[in-house]
Amino acid sequence: MNNFPVQLNELKTAIPTWHSTVDSAGFRAACATIREHGGRLIALWGSDERARGQGFALHAALMDAPGLICLSLPLAAENPAYPSIIDIFPAATRMQRAVYDLLGILAKDSPDTRKWLRHGAWPEDQFPLRKEFDLKQQYPLSGDAYPFVTVTGNGVHEIPVGPVHAGTIEPGHFRFSVIGERVLRLEERLGYKHKGVEKLAETMTIEQGAKLAGRISGDSTVAYAWAYAMAAESLASFTPEPRAVWLRALLLERERIANHLGDLGYLGNDVALAFGFAQFWRLKEDWLRCNQAVFGHRYLMDSIVPGGVTVDLKASDHGHLIKQGDLLEREVRTLRDIYEEHAGAQDRFVTTGRVKPDLAANLGLTGLAGRASAQSWDLRAQYPSAPYDQLDVRMATHRNGDVAARLIVRFEEVFESLRLCRLILDRMPGGTVFTPLPPAPDNAFGIGMVEGWRGEVLMALHSGKDNRIERLHPHDPSWLNWPLLEHAIIGNIVPDFPLINKSFNLSYSGQDL
Amino acid sequence: MYPIIKQMLRTGIKTETPPEADESLRTVQQRLQEDILRHFGRALAIRHVDAGSCNGCDLEIHCLNNPYYNIEGLGISFVASPRHADMLLVTGPAAKNMEIALRRTYDAAPEPKLVVALGDCGCGKGIYGENYASCGGIANIIPVDVAVPGCPPTPAAIMQGILTAISKSKNN
Ligand code: SF4
Repeated sequence: MNNFPVQLNELKTAIPTWHSTVDSAGFRAACATIREHGGRLIALWGSDERARGQGFALHAALMDAPGLICLSLPLAAENPAYPSIIDIFPAATRMQRAVYDLLGILAKDSPDTRKWLRHGAWPEDQFPLRKEFDLKQQYPLSGDAYPFVTVTGNGVHEIPVGPVHAGTIEPGHFRFSVIGERVLRLEERLGYKHKGVEKLAETMTIEQGAKLAGRISGDSTVAYAWAYAMAAESLASFTPEPRAVWLRALLLERERIANHLGDLGYLGNDVALAFGFAQFWRLKEDWLRCNQAVFGHRYLMDSIVPGGVTVDLKASDHGHLIKQGDLLEREVRTLRDIYEEHAGAQDRFVTTGRVKPDLAANLGLTGLAGRASAQSWDLRAQYPSAPYDQLDVRMATHRNGDVAARLIVRFEEVFESLRLCRLILDRMPGGTVFTPLPPAPDNAFGIGMVEGWRGEVLMALHSGKDNRIERLHPHDPSWLNWPLLEHAIIGNIVPDFPLINKSFNLSYSGQDL
Repeated sequence: MYPIIKQMLRTGIKTETPPEADESLRTVQQRLQEDILRHFGRALAIRHVDAGSCNGCDLEIHCLNNPYYNIEGLGISFVASPRHADMLLVTGPAAKNMEIALRRTYDAAPEPKLVVALGDCGCGKGIYGENYASCGGIANIIPVDVAVPGCPPTPAAIMQGILTAISKSKNN
């Protein structure tokens, strides 16, 4: 790439990716340049490189028009610190706080250095992702004081909710500041589901990591497993068999459809259209049972591994899957008309929970929610890896950024995924579906990124000796979208929060790790 | 309204002789309904607590509400507070950051209370194990009556687990 402030080296992976080792000034300059180009921050994570005779390192993954750019910033072994980038990318705030909690790497000049993932599970002066920290060491729970930002004024009061919620929802804490029923401010606190995933990965071989990757966020097991496999394959300079990647895409689109069906049902339910819930959840159940019958698992867990896939289609599955897709399409079209014409439901959807395009761009709203606020990013369309390079994916976008827009994008994506499933089934090449991966070289870096149903799922993988995982950083798109939910609720009434929250449907487990 | 009614009629009644067309499961459903009536004389109130799952087990709890399993029709309702709950349905390994919330929810539920732990993680055999941030199985934090394995357990297995918990308590 020309006119870039640092030297970039192209990495061999399924989507166009460049890597650069930078110093502090280069790090900020590269971030600023990408920001000027209209690019985005995807992920920020750290690593402990002391066993290799170095210090620590900070890594960032950013998206610019030509593709993914990964930056690595080597840091000192004592008191590692780097210049904060939240003035360039506000979305970095929580990631910087998490990097400190896990590695003790400090963002200098950051206005927000509160803890994020730590809570009271380990002491302030211990850092789980430092190599000397023992995975199995349990500490007594320490106090968990957390300074929420408070809003003062006449008639303002606070409503704290969670971590345990009223329905079947993952745990997190929401603190609303309200006047009457109007929300002035929402502050989220997450991290309740932190279960040591990244540290645990460091005890595994690259092969074993696949199972863990598929359990980082259960609703996105296919996206995570594929991104992981892609990272492992890029490390080993390995290209999977054509049939394997076509099957992966089929699984990914089936996962997208299943999740969208569930959300469309819940969005109906939240506006008192119980009919919509019953209909979409009946369709989802049929879809999951078909997964079970054809691929052996309702959610398709463990079907993607480095080297290929563990499932294959029989000749007789083809007609069955085509027929099921056609049937589903007809049903969803009928239901879409009903949703569109239902005045009561539309009244609740339209203008509710709005994120305008400029705010979405500034804070980096991504994935499905981003596309509903005019952020036209979809890896399958922009950086199509096989087989998407042969499928010509049509990206769904909308400008209104409200619950209605996120609903419409879901409908459109269901139809597009059904079209893709049909194409994939018709054009899928023959051949084998799995070839064992050659052992990964020591100290290599691989990256994988997949457009999951929620948005882009990233996996950064660093290999150690004997095919082991030295460092794994899974990154959920929810990191970028959670802060926007805080904005989407402002000015709305508290009873609309469940509807707005559901319209984003973000992952807790994926960001808590 | 007309298109809604048309779609409803076309769909018909989905509730299975649940789950799957499997005789043993038809029995589960019948027994569940009978036992709830006999034992509680009203709906069984369940409070779900996600103590740190990957969200996979939770997806299957959502499915219990679909027209195939129709768990409300069997006399089970999910309630918004542990104070109204007869049973806690707990998913995930117990994340350390959830330990206090899990204990508090348990303490807030009135006696006699039943606890059903879901999934390989809830059973203490999950992939995350015990580590600095995960306390492992739910039984490491609160007493568990029934643990349902699976990753995730199917809706049918969850229903069976709920039934087992009720009948165990009844026989004590
Ligand atoms: S048992 Fe499986 S599906 Fe359930 S929380 Fe654990 S990893 Fe997820």
